[in-house]
Amino acid sequence: MPDTALYAPATTQGASVVSRPDVTVTRAAPLARLAFRGDATAAGKAGAAFGASLPMAPLAANPVGQRAALWLGPDEWLLLAASGTVGEEVPWALARTLCDEIATAVGTHPHALVDVSERNVALIVSGPRAAALLNTQVFLDLDEGAFPVGQVTRTLFTKAEIVLWRTGPDTFVVECWRSFAPYVEGLLANG
Amino acid sequence: MLLISCPWCRVERPEIEFRYGGEAHIDRPAQPADLDDHQWAEFLYMRSNPKGLLAERWRHVHGCGRFFNAVRHTVSDRFVCVYKTGEKCPDLEALAREGAQ
Repeated sequence: MPDTALYAPATTQGASVVSRPDVTVTRAAPLARLAFRGDATAAGKAGAAFGASLPMAPLAANPVGQRAALWLGPDEWLLLAASGTVGEEVPWALARTLCDEIATAVGTHPHALVDVSERNVALIVSGPRAAALLNTQVFLDLDEGAFPVGQVTRTLFTKAEIVLWRTGPDTFVVECWRSFAPYVEGLLANG
Repeated sequence: MLLISCPWCRVERPEIEFRYGGEAHIDRPAQPADLDDHQWAEFLYMRSNPKGLLAERWRHVHGCGRFFNAVRHTVSDRFVCVYKTGEKCPDLEALAREGAQ
């Protein structure tokens, strides 16, 4: 399981996509997700309101308890938050509250803040062969020297765009668009 | 697999993550209305198309999403250097001399 308090396995039926002795793929419970864009000043204010500062270093992630800010680009971050109770529903109240608090904190400074909670789903890929399974479709060097624990990047999963986050030596989180999920899951199940 | 380094992410990534954006350092005319059709066509369509080093725009579309510039050899497909948008174009002739040595 991931070394972060953020992701919990979903409790819904069929949440286990791959279950082998050396690698498992599990759907994660829904999270509140926000897409944030803005300059360093806006990011600083947003991070203070969000509870996890927005990393300025490329490919960095900043998980703080049940919050995480992921660097996607020099002016773009993905903000993730869990409500603490694992349910089947997106924690809408949390998403709404975070949106309001960040928008208030950043104020009139130019920025974009969009609730994308329902756009993404997350898959937890875990086990000694996690990197090998992902490498059947992801064209990155997933050796720990080249892609260390904590690194996050947007990349391609064959034809689907994903956000890949290494949360542990043998654990990755694949954030993909909801409509791409059957494609990604199918390729992982056959990989 | 061709690896391209992104000056924003500061890593090398496979070519499939990138999109080509055409020749770099082509300034849009300050007053397009003052141009006649011939001059406008020059700006829109005419490119240097060299056999050798060319400064190009590339976009890391499946990564950080940002545009950057790269100097690439149009024959060998070798990337000589990459730099962020807004930075000065390197001296292509000097780079070509270095490459020839």
